[in-house]
Amino acid sequence: MQKRVIFQNKGLPYLLLLPQLVITALFFLWPAGQAIYQSAFIPDPFGLKSQFVGLGNFEFLLGDRYYLESFRTTAVFSLLVAAVSMGLALLMAVLADRVIKAAMVYRTLLIWPYAVAPAIAGVLWLFLFNPSIGLVAYYLKQMGYDWNHVLNGDEAMALVVVAASWKQISYNFLFFLAGLQAIPRSLLEAAAIDGAGAWRRFWTIVFPLLSPTTFFLLVVNLVYAFFDTFGIIHTVTAGGPERSTMILVYKVFADGFVGQDLGSSAAQSVILLLVVGLLTVVQFRFIERRVHY
Amino acid sequence: MNGAGMVEKRGWGLWLTHVLLLLGVALVCFPIYVTLVASTVTQQDIVQPPLPLIPGSHAIENYSKALWSGVNTPVWRMLMNSTVMALGITVGKIIISLLSAYAIVYFRFPGRSFCFWTIFLTLMLPVEVRIVPTYEVVAGFGLLNSYAGLTLPLIASATATFLFRQFFMTVPDELVEAARIDGAGPVRFFFDVLLPLSRTNIAALFVILFIYGWNQYLWPLLVTTDPAMNTIVMGIKQMISSGDDWTEWPVVMATAILAMLPPVAVVVFMQRLFVKGLVETEK
Repeated sequence: MQKRVIFQNKGLPYLLLLPQLVITALFFLWPAGQAIYQSAFIPDPFGLKSQFVGLGNFEFLLGDRYYLESFRTTAVFSLLVAAVSMGLALLMAVLADRVIKAAMVYRTLLIWPYAVAPAIAGVLWLFLFNPSIGLVAYYLKQMGYDWNHVLNGDEAMALVVVAASWKQISYNFLFFLAGLQAIPRSLLEAAAIDGAGAWRRFWTIVFPLLSPTTFFLLVVNLVYAFFDTFGIIHTVTAGGPERSTMILVYKVFADGFVGQDLGSSAAQSVILLLVVGLLTVVQFRFIERRVHY
Repeated sequence: MNGAGMVEKRGWGLWLTHVLLLLGVALVCFPIYVTLVASTVTQQDIVQPPLPLIPGSHAIENYSKALWSGVNTPVWRMLMNSTVMALGITVGKIIISLLSAYAIVYFRFPGRSFCFWTIFLTLMLPVEVRIVPTYEVVAGFGLLNSYAGLTLPLIASATATFLFRQFFMTVPDELVEAARIDGAGPVRFFFDVLLPLSRTNIAALFVILFIYGWNQYLWPLLVTTDPAMNTIVMGIKQMISSGDDWTEWPVVMATAILAMLPPVAVVVFMQRLFVKGLVETEK
């Protein structure tokens, strides 16, 4: 789609684009180029000069047990966050959709965790599950379960998944509810007259019509779990215990800033860029065909 | 399911739906309620579990301690830093995006599609992914511990540019024709016609971007080594030490509430704009 009527100015459009292009060049393109450049070097132990290694950093990463472990941890974490937050949000949206008059009241009550920063969400859940003073940890102990995510990797993973999912429920709820409210009532009426029960109506009509929304949310949730959960990991577990919550985005930080291994950190950045690129392409190809409401 | 007549829920089915929904709401609100309670009791109440479930009487004491002295930095100072950062990111993004979208939609010039793709690339590079090189660039400019260093790297993003581009495409061409017949140039047209038309879009985007800016964590963590420049969302982490006895939980919890208040208030009070902004930016 193009505008038929346009302005004829030679210099003005460049002037208008200048601020965004300058910032993009300085803070995006140059650092991204630097990442690619640095990923081809290994600094010597004294940090005085670097040695060119080509794709050596990548080769090392792909053979590195810890890196592959981090990949697996990220996959487990993202899929769990997507499943938990989307499952609960869909359940709540289906329920809210049944009480039309009050649906907006529930939307207001459920929408606000979106505004809570991931790091703050981490602090709240950390406080609830703190092994010695946390309220939930205390009641678990009363029931005979000794909760300690500081020592137990599976419990640490469960805690960061809960904190990350809690924050994301409101976003998913909003889109599921909008998707549900866009389904024509006459369709459901007709099915009801034909004698289809509520359960059957959901699986044969509602669920297929929601699939574009579901797929879109799946991509958004994976991107969120991959890149926006740094604050949760940093406040709750710092990647521990024993690297059990060391997701990729946290590893870039831990290796680059804490471990000062710039070559490896840069190579990890480049790999993550490829992952983001892939997800963006999937999302864009898909959004072209997305149902609008 | 929605609808009237046969699909409508009545009687105990409807009642059960409300009960389940309220249960869900209670579950979502539980962590916040516990935080609120913890910010009104004493340290003693917290380190001897279980925490009481009724708010205590020490709210004023805890909140004023957080605001005026804090742990490393008084919270009023961190709130101010967060406000400057959030507004800087929001206003910056909106201004540069309006200008570049205007150039791309209303002008034809050599290099137009190159510029468009360069901006598009930025969509694919979250700051979390390129922290080390970006940090080096900002350090090289001497922008560590400055508001410019906090905001500039987060200002460039293609999302807002795309949103305005989509919106400008839907503005009828007759308006430009009319403006040109009236002898208005591109600058006049932008200020007199396009900006007033974009008001709602700008407001919706403002809400979304303010939350995004306020909630930044990793970037301020790297750029502000001086406690006086800490933002509240990252500063709260420094208030929690590894030993529970050394952490002043009531003050930390009061700080958590203060850190949540501005973005949550924006979402609740501008819900319509917020939802519009969320749906628009995802298209």
